[in-house]
Amino acid sequence: MLSLLWLVPALPAAGFVILTLFNRHLSRRAAAVIGVGSIALSAYFALSAGLDFMVNPPAGHAYRQVLWTWFDVAGLRPQIAFYLDAMTVVFMLVITGVGLLIHLYSAEFMRDDAGFTRFFMYMNLFVAAMLVLVLADDLLLLYLGWEGVGLCSYLLISFWHTDPKNVYAGRKAFIVTRVGDTALVVGLFLLFTDLHTLQIQPLMAAAQQHWAAGSGVAAAAAALLLVGALGKSAQLPLQTWLPDAMAGPSPVSALIHAATMVTAGVYLIARTNVLFSLAPDVRFTVAVIGTLTLLYAGLSALAQHDIKRVLAYSTISQIGYMFLALGVAGWSVAIFHFMTHAFFKALLFLSAGVVIESLGGEHDIFRMGGLRRRLSLVFWTFLAGAASLSALPLVTAGFYSKDEIIATSLGSVDGGVWLWAGALAGAFITSVYAFRLVFIVFFGETHTEVTSRPGRRMTVPLVILGVLSLVGGFVWMPEWMGGFDPLARFLETALPTTAMTGEGTGGSAAEALTGMVLSLAGIALAWLFWMRRREATAAWAARPVVARTQRFLLNGWGFDWLYERAFVVPVKWFARVARDDLVEPVVTGIAWLNVRGWQTLSSSQNGRLRTYLAVAGVGFVAAVAFVMWGWQ
Amino acid sequence: MIAVVSAGHGLALAAILFAIGFAGLLARRNLIVVLASIEIMLNAAGLAFVAAGARWGQADGQVMFFFILTVAAAEVSLGLALAISFRRYLRRLDVDRAERMKG
Repeated sequence: MLSLLWLVPALPAAGFVILTLFNRHLSRRAAAVIGVGSIALSAYFALSAGLDFMVNPPAGHAYRQVLWTWFDVAGLRPQIAFYLDAMTVVFMLVITGVGLLIHLYSAEFMRDDAGFTRFFMYMNLFVAAMLVLVLADDLLLLYLGWEGVGLCSYLLISFWHTDPKNVYAGRKAFIVTRVGDTALVVGLFLLFTDLHTLQIQPLMAAAQQHWAAGSGVAAAAAALLLVGALGKSAQLPLQTWLPDAMAGPSPVSALIHAATMVTAGVYLIARTNVLFSLAPDVRFTVAVIGTLTLLYAGLSALAQHDIKRVLAYSTISQIGYMFLALGVAGWSVAIFHFMTHAFFKALLFLSAGVVIESLGGEHDIFRMGGLRRRLSLVFWTFLAGAASLSALPLVTAGFYSKDEIIATSLGSVDGGVWLWAGALAGAFITSVYAFRLVFIVFFGETHTEVTSRPGRRMTVPLVILGVLSLVGGFVWMPEWMGGFDPLARFLETALPTTAMTGEGTGGSAAEALTGMVLSLAGIALAWLFWMRRREATAAWAARPVVARTQRFLLNGWGFDWLYERAFVVPVKWFARVARDDLVEPVVTGIAWLNVRGWQTLSSSQNGRLRTYLAVAGVGFVAAVAFVMWGWQ
Repeated sequence: MIAVVSAGHGLALAAILFAIGFAGLLARRNLIVVLASIEIMLNAAGLAFVAAGARWGQADGQVMFFFILTVAAAEVSLGLALAISFRRYLRRLDVDRAERMKG
């Protein structure tokens, strides 16, 4: 039922409107029904549209639905129109599907929160904005969704706004991503002035026609879009907001990291892949940034001791993999990794939410421990997520997508040995930090007692996501395993295929074996360090050199420190200096005059009748005198 | 022979009476005296009507004075009632005490 496509973003938006209008009049039950129900219906329509699209592909493998013309000014005539192709189908299904599970989980997770209705209000708007972003037929409409998710992330990160720390975190997320957004807007201006449209498909065709490969203007446009994507997707050097975004409730983290927001950058680059193909240098930059980011974030994750910060750095690192894939023209592979990542990252965050709640709000992994028996279900789901994250060979979804990225980074004509080595090193680090988390949190001695256990509405999403994290990768198997790859075939209808060199061992079993061995080696190393010889590790970590390195990694390599000095301090200084400029006395003068005038008039209002009467008498005499003699 | 009083003189007297009444209104704080002052001002207005009526040779001015007399009677009865309740609530007849009604 493709014609009902518009309902997919409209239903969460309607949920938001209803919750906003009747905010105080709704019981918790009603708010939950509306909040979760709108996403459930949206997921249903998304599924029916997606299935219809797969079974009866429309002409040209794309479906376009025009609702109305947004506005018509000076040649800019954007339409409110949705565009559905294979890539959008994948995004739409993941956003609504994973979003639904997260909403269901939230209905129980947030049950005692005073802002229950407000929470679902923001969450619904978040999903609606993200759906607009991926369904938009026009870059301007995409930008509307883009800003919408930015706003919602701000609202949700600072959801518990009575603690100033949370509000600062929300503000930081908003401002840092704003840097990227500004570049994106400038990029849109550039595209429009040069190609006179912002509708994505004609725009891409026009770019291909008018711009030569490697030309300066194509590079500028691609670079500006890239900076926008870097901000939203928390890649170097705009990654600093994401670890602090953990201030929000756990389901929010799951939604931001898995289904919405951070993958927007990946979507944007994949959607405008033509531009990036016209600018090979910029695309190579994407690959380099992706590789650097995945190493940077992986190493940072090793040193964290807040469970959610480990997962946050892990997200940055996994998005780095997607950027690497995009950079070597592995468009479809990036989307594949987006999908599996959405499954296991949502699972990890929701499981972490249960752990944190069960321990009465404890975030420090070193004060957890021994939860394997006490929270056995969560242990198994978390294990599934961690295994998928560390690409445990053959049985997890993460293995298939990450293996494909690693293979592409070497085998693609745009790939290279250094990118491949970086990706492999990242895979090793990933399994070390993922299983460090598992061993510290779920094994060993108990440090904090379990005070509550999750209910049905929280465990069902965990189990579903756990299953998806394991089997979600079988839709795209490498060639040496039989090459069953319906997802790759499906995505090929929307995205260009990757040109492979065909030399070397790209995509073969031998090469995949390297990845498998590294993944298992990482798990073994984590087992050795944090299971077998925990005391020795603790003693080793206390040595000054190690401790200093750990502090460096813990603080994210000092990026916050650097930005504080490079940007925040100068801006604050300038604001202080600029306070006493020439305009200041004028503005304060007007305010002073008003205050004095008010004081004078106010003192005449003294309540003394005889004074009033005298003034009235004087006024009367003056008026009569004016009438009689005043006109000459 | 009847001494003729000119309209100008009548109006001047009315103005003087009105000024005296108004001055009393402003200067005195006793509510009874205030009422008396208002009475003087009313009569000044009545005198002005009568003088003007005589000047134009019409009875309207004198008719008007009857109305003013009626209004004055009503005003006195209301004013005295007001004075009684004023005294009951504010313990004095000092009009400045009504200052506390300032809102």
